[in-house]
Parts: sequence; structure tokens; C-alpha cells
Amino acid sequence: MSSVQININGEVKDLEVEPWTTLLDALRDKLALTGTKKGCDHGQCGACTVLADGKRINSCLTLAVMHDGAKLQTIEGLADGDDLHPVQRAFIKHDAFQCGYCTPGQICSAVGLIKEGKAKTDEEIRELMSGNLCRCGAYPNIVAALKEVMNK
Amino acid sequence: MNPFTYHRATNPSDAIADHNRVNGAKFIGGGTNLIDLMKENVEHPSRLVDLNHVGLREVSDREGVLKIGALVTNNEAAYHPLIEKDFPLLSEAILAGASPQLRNMATCGGNLLQRTRCYYFYDTATACNKREPGSGCDALKGYNRIHAVLGASDKCIATHPSDMCVALAALDTTILAEGTKGVRKIAFADFHRLPGDTPEKDTNLAEDEMITGLELRARFSRQFKYLKVRDRSSYAFALVSAAVGLESENGVIKKAAVAMGGVAHKPWRDFEAEKTLHGEKPSEEVFKKFATSFFKGAAGYGHNDFKIELGQRTLVRALSEAAAKGVWL
Repeated sequence: MSSVQININGEVKDLEVEPWTTLLDALRDKLALTGTKKGCDHGQCGACTVLADGKRINSCLTLAVMHDGAKLQTIEGLADGDDLHPVQRAFIKHDAFQCGYCTPGQICSAVGLIKEGKAKTDEEIRELMSGNLCRCGAYPNIVAALKEVMNK
Repeated sequence: MNPFTYHRATNPSDAIADHNRVNGAKFIGGGTNLIDLMKENVEHPSRLVDLNHVGLREVSDREGVLKIGALVTNNEAAYHPLIEKDFPLLSEAILAGASPQLRNMATCGGNLLQRTRCYYFYDTATACNKREPGSGCDALKGYNRIHAVLGASDKCIATHPSDMCVALAALDTTILAEGTKGVRKIAFADFHRLPGDTPEKDTNLAEDEMITGLELRARFSRQFKYLKVRDRSSYAFALVSAAVGLESENGVIKKAAVAMGGVAHKPWRDFEAEKTLHGEKPSEEVFKKFATSFFKGAAGYGHNDFKIELGQRTLVRALSEAAAKGVWL
């Protein structure tokens, strides 16, 4: 077992993990933060996207031990109390999901994308959101939600 | 995943020494490929030596040499102002690969050490000489649509999956490596291997060595093109891809560098064919002749026969688009 200290959503958490525990499994199974979803578990679907030191990553393809001392943000940490994050509000307004399974990953990825500031056009949003798959096909509404937040 | 021990290295020497102490130890950078393969039981290291805290995160451009530290992430490199401005071919190639999440994790050193995406390499129920030397190659007579048409052997027809490496090959990159015996430089063309009889060896990096950085000199900041052809418009590996850099003088090609991905076990270059472009005025005819010569000796294995024609057309289009960015008077 390794001792790991991670700042998650502003709270410092101490946890004991096996070296082979992925960050995704640590979040879900050790910290009960089940908002981050396990989709493919191979970095192909983006459902497990979280923000590590402000950058979006696939939490399924990294180990919890590698994040000792890091600052993480998950879907649970985006809202300010009952005040939803602008991207969360925009997803609701634009009906940017159906079943909702990919949504936490989509939203974390969108927050990362907006911070990166590289996407300007619809085409660029699609390209830079390509790491998040949505089997319900809510893509046009996801693009609309992102555009609204980006244009504010 | 199999159990393993973990060490967070604090500097390159610590990493090399720790890695050398334990049989079956592996370095981990971004881990985007390694952890995936560990989940598939293709890789089973006894120990992981974490390189994320050893430094090697700088990008500098001094005295005509761009240096990229091995731990610089793919996204950091692609969006670095020095690289975007003077090495746009490299930026374009990196951004054609993977997803933003993966590029935020994957490192520039690790990108070179990616393993093939051959389905049979990934599937432990099948025969694969790369995964298990001597077991055979189920791709040869299997579903080999994504496989090699150049430089393959009867032991292995896998391709190298990287986009970044195709640009690095065209840009004559030098790889900086460090091991227990010290540091050395490896020319990009000598880094990756053809499968031959030992497909389990992807590169000429020694067991005890790690990549510490990359050095680039060729820029092609004006006439360049990375063209990737794939089954969907984003987030898929290349069927074929081409990295092209051109320099012109007095209306003719002075220098041409052309590498292809998706066609061989390593990014493919044909230095002899490139020379035939020198002194030529760019035209479809000239580029077609070059493409034919580039693919001489190509052989398909059934499902991937289409790559020979597709590859030639990709070369002609990439060369034409790179040439169109120049002024040919």
C-alpha cells in the first residue's frame, strides 16, 4: 500500500492505495466520488475525464500514486454549493445529454477546453471535444452549450 | 493488472539506477499506452519508475537547435509558441493524434515508445511474435486492414501508430538517451527498427536507457503539410499519413523531406526518392513519379492492399498542398 495525499475539489484527502489502483478506481471506490464514470476503461470514451492541475485527463489511464500532491477537480467540485457551474447550466439549458452517462466527462472536458482557449469555431469545438463519446448523439446540443459559455 | 511496485524518481540518474536495480522494471511517463497494455495483460512490469518528477520539461530554441524535454506533454509541445511558429509541421502532426485528454498526459519521449495497435498484439488469445516471440503472426492471414505494406517481414506486419513520430522523422530529429553507461545521441532514422526476425524489439534504445529529450534543426516553417487519412474524421489512428517539408529556391525544390505513417513498422522515409525531387518544379506529374518510387517494393496482405494506392495519393496531395504554400517564381 502507498500513502497518497490529493487535493480533491478543494479538500485534502489522505488515502491508502495499491500502486496498480487507477485514479478512476480510487475516486469511485476509495472516495465515493462516483460522478466520474467508468466507460471503456481504456482511454477511448472520455467518460472518466477529470481536471488534474487544471488540465483535462483520462483518469482511467493513470495511477492514483502518480497524483500524490496533485490538485484534482471532478464533476462534484464544479458547482459552488447549489450554484451550478456555467457549463452545467448550459448543458441543462441546451438539453446536451440524454442518458447522462457521458455527461460528467463531457462537462469536465468542456471546462478544460474553455480554459485552453484554442477552440473558436464549431468545427474546432467538435475536434477538441473528440475525446468524449456520446452514444445518445447529443453532439449538436453539446456544441451549442459550449458556444454559449464561450461567448459570455 | 498484475501487482507491481512503484518508485517516484526525483531525477534522471535516480530513475536510471532504480530501473536498473529491478528485473522487469519499466519507466512510466504519461502511461496512456503502458497502463492500457497492462490492463490487457500484454505488458506486466514488476516495477514502475515514475518519470514525472525528474524534470526534463523544458522547450528551448538556441543556436538553431530546438530542444524538447522528454517529459514535455504532447499538448504542451503542440501549443508551445516556439514550436507553433517555427515547427508547424510538428504541431500539426501532434494535434492530429489522440484526444486532448490523452495529449495532456502523453509525453514527447513516450510518444516514440508507443507500441503497435495491431489487434493481434493486443489480443492475448492470438499468436503474435511481437508479444510472444516464436508464437507466430495471426495478422498475416487475418484481418490486416491496418497493417504494413512496406518493410514488413513474415514474422510481423505491424505498423507504428504515432503521428508525432512521422513529423519527427521528416524533421531529422536527434534523440537524446541516457543509461547506466552515460548519454548518447541517436538519429531518428536509426531509432525505430523494422520487424525482421525480432519484432519484439521496437527500437534500438538499450534496456537500461531512457529518452531524455529531442533535438530538431530542420524547420520547414513555410511549406509543410501533415495529412492524415483515417476511418473517421477525428480521434482515430491513421490508415496512412504523410509529413512533408519543402524548401524552394528560384522556382524549384531545393530540399524535400517526406515521411509516411501507417505503412510500416516505423515512420517510412525514402532518402533516394527524395533526392529525385531536388531541382524539380512542383507539379502533379513530378509528385506522382515520386509517390510511385516511394512505394516500389510495397506488398499488401489482402485487407490492406488499398493502402498502396491510398498512400500514393496521400503523398501527391500532401506534397501539392505543401508546395501551394510557397511562391514559385
